Amino acid sequence: MDFTLTPEEEAFRDGVRAFLDENLPEDAKRTDPGFVAGWQKKVREKRWVGFSWPKEVGGGGGSIMEQAILKEEMAKRKAPPLGGCFMGIQWVGPAIIAYGTEEQKQKFIPDILDGAYQWCTGYSEPDYGSDLGALQCKAVREGEEYVVTGQKIWTSIAMWSKWIILLVRTSNHGDDKHKGITCLLVRMDSPGITVRPIKNMSGGAMFAEVFFDDVRVPAENRLGDEGEGWRVTITALAHERSGIAEVESLTRNLDALKKLARELERSGEASVRRRIAVMETRIQAMRMSGLRALTKQLRGEPLGSETSVNKLLRAQLEVEMGDFAVDLQGCAGPLVAGESVSDGGRWQKMSLSWPEVVIGGGTPNIQKNIIAERILGLPKD
Amino acid sequence: MDFGFTEEQDLLRAEVRKWLDQNCSMDEVRKITEAEGGEGFSRQHWKAIAELGWLGLTIPEEHGGAGLGWVDLVVLLEETGRSLFPSPLLANTIAAAAIQEAGSDEQQARLLPGLADGSVIATLAVQEDSGPPEVSAVRLEGERDGDAVVLQGEKVFVPDAAAADLLIVACRIGDDVALAALRADSDGVAASDEPGMDLTKRLGRVRLDAARGEVLERGGAEVLTRIVDRATAAVTAEMIGAGEGAIALTADYAKERTQFGSPIGRYQGVKHPLAEMYVDVESFKSLLYYAAWCLDESPDEALRYVSMAKAYASEALARIGIDAVQLHGAVGYTWEFDAHLYLKRSKWARPMFGDSDYHYERVASLGGL
Repeated sequence: MDFTLTPEEEAFRDGVRAFLDENLPEDAKRTDPGFVAGWQKKVREKRWVGFSWPKEVGGGGGSIMEQAILKEEMAKRKAPPLGGCFMGIQWVGPAIIAYGTEEQKQKFIPDILDGAYQWCTGYSEPDYGSDLGALQCKAVREGEEYVVTGQKIWTSIAMWSKWIILLVRTSNHGDDKHKGITCLLVRMDSPGITVRPIKNMSGGAMFAEVFFDDVRVPAENRLGDEGEGWRVTITALAHERSGIAEVESLTRNLDALKKLARELERSGEASVRRRIAVMETRIQAMRMSGLRALTKQLRGEPLGSETSVNKLLRAQLEVEMGDFAVDLQGCAGPLVAGESVSDGGRWQKMSLSWPEVVIGGGTPNIQKNIIAERILGLPKD
Repeated sequence: MDFGFTEEQDLLRAEVRKWLDQNCSMDEVRKITEAEGGEGFSRQHWKAIAELGWLGLTIPEEHGGAGLGWVDLVVLLEETGRSLFPSPLLANTIAAAAIQEAGSDEQQARLLPGLADGSVIATLAVQEDSGPPEVSAVRLEGERDGDAVVLQGEKVFVPDAAAADLLIVACRIGDDVALAALRADSDGVAASDEPGMDLTKRLGRVRLDAARGEVLERGGAEVLTRIVDRATAAVTAEMIGAGEGAIALTADYAKERTQFGSPIGRYQGVKHPLAEMYVDVESFKSLLYYAAWCLDESPDEALRYVSMAKAYASEALARIGIDAVQLHGAVGYTWEFDAHLYLKRSKWARPMFGDSDYHYERVASLGGL
């Protein structure tokens, strides 16, 4: 074990810090569109957007270790995201780089890196959520086109997206349902697409239902081979993070909770101290498991359980933090505004928004199935 | 940056596991620990593991050990924990750490070789009541008499008290905390084990009535805190192994036992608790690995991470022990099936060197509350 950085890695980290000192003052208006636009231009010039993507496609060609350093330093300073197209950077881009044709790479990757427009993700369906592999949204090949009919749901930011990465069924294989799934890249303004936003329990609408009614998609927009869609998706999701950057934001939230406990003069109570200590311990456990996962990546070993473990810990923490903050406020907990409410009601918001993280991308119970089946070898359900 | 084990450490793990599988199966564990009037461990095993170098793993080479670090020790103790290996190995290792931290060069040179070659079984006696191992709770009186110290009082929950030949005793000389070393066969020493749930772990009582020992020259309150931290990490390392052992045993049973026409491991009521057990062990394992590294390389951080690891482990292993029994159903309640052995180990380990309440409170204080 060795937690030191090489001189090159240290130099890289110092470079990132210097950049942040110069371009991200403490009082920067991190949500101001003007500031964010300027920020995106600068980090794009540094080739920090798509940092680990190959240089040929316009990425940074950075190493795994440098990427971890970059993400951690950014998170420590509450930096805006690297790149304006969240899903494009997270999984659409990596999937196109791995499975796309030359034309597709040239057509999509530069726009993703520039954050020219948003991508959304069409996976879940009303009848197939946790059981995603059984999805039924249908695509039939007609000449040089696919004709798509069906429905997707829980599609985040569908109403603001220009393109969707879509999983459809192109054939039925009795024995292996995954074999008949194909991945298509579809323009959201194609005739026959209807988007209907869904109001969530916090009162906002971030996700939507998307209806496909004889939507014609050029065959050249198929990503990967016909029937290869499941693999494309798995590859894309495997690019998900080790969780080290989340640790920084969870730590910041915990610091704010400690401050709140002090302000409310409850930081001396044994149960309050214990709940905070439990959260702190779990956050650090996430950090250490994340570093173990990073080590495996650096050694070129296959990633094992660490990411599922961290997803479950994070889910617990997201729920517990909001819950704890509301508990701390006593009878003011259930209020959302007014003089009795602490920190302008941000904790009340958090206590109602955890499903975005906890349920999105696989419920905790599905994660537990994955751990029990793939790691402990229990029979499939 | 590398947060993994070296090839040498992987090799050590493989060798330890192989020896334990061959020489101390669960049948053997039961034979040794259930023997009427037995010592609770095997002298033959003791000799063998001395020769394998396990006893001197963290003792410096010039004193007959292998001179390895706490990360290497974690590898060894994870495996002994997995096998529920009954042995004063843990007590001896902790006592060696105490001598290394508190002894003068001359004392180390004189005392450590016996611990490394197995000719002496040593243990550390800190506690005087059932609370956490706070340095402030050390009251046992020591009075200097020339080069010697005369000890008067009683120590409780001393690991392997009856087996020990050498006792390292925390005491107070005037207002100062000190550590004394004395032979268990000295006049005025009476040590005996007290019956416990976990037959693989022995705890005992040591009465000292004007017993004469020597003061370890570099001892003190801070040194004792550091020693207790090392002891806490060692206990937690065995908890990782015990947790993994309990999960493996229960998962294997869930694959074999059929009900409603299907192995019970297919049902989510069985699957999910097993997954939760796994998540917990992986999490406190990550914390303990870092804590062990801190003990070797970054002592200032060690306190916080040792406490996090032990707090998490104490809470999690309690539930793991209970779930292991419960998921077995009625056979889990029998003496014959092994599930209860892990439950009992969890009962032993939870309060040792501080329970989760104690360590979470330390985490809260260290975190600025």
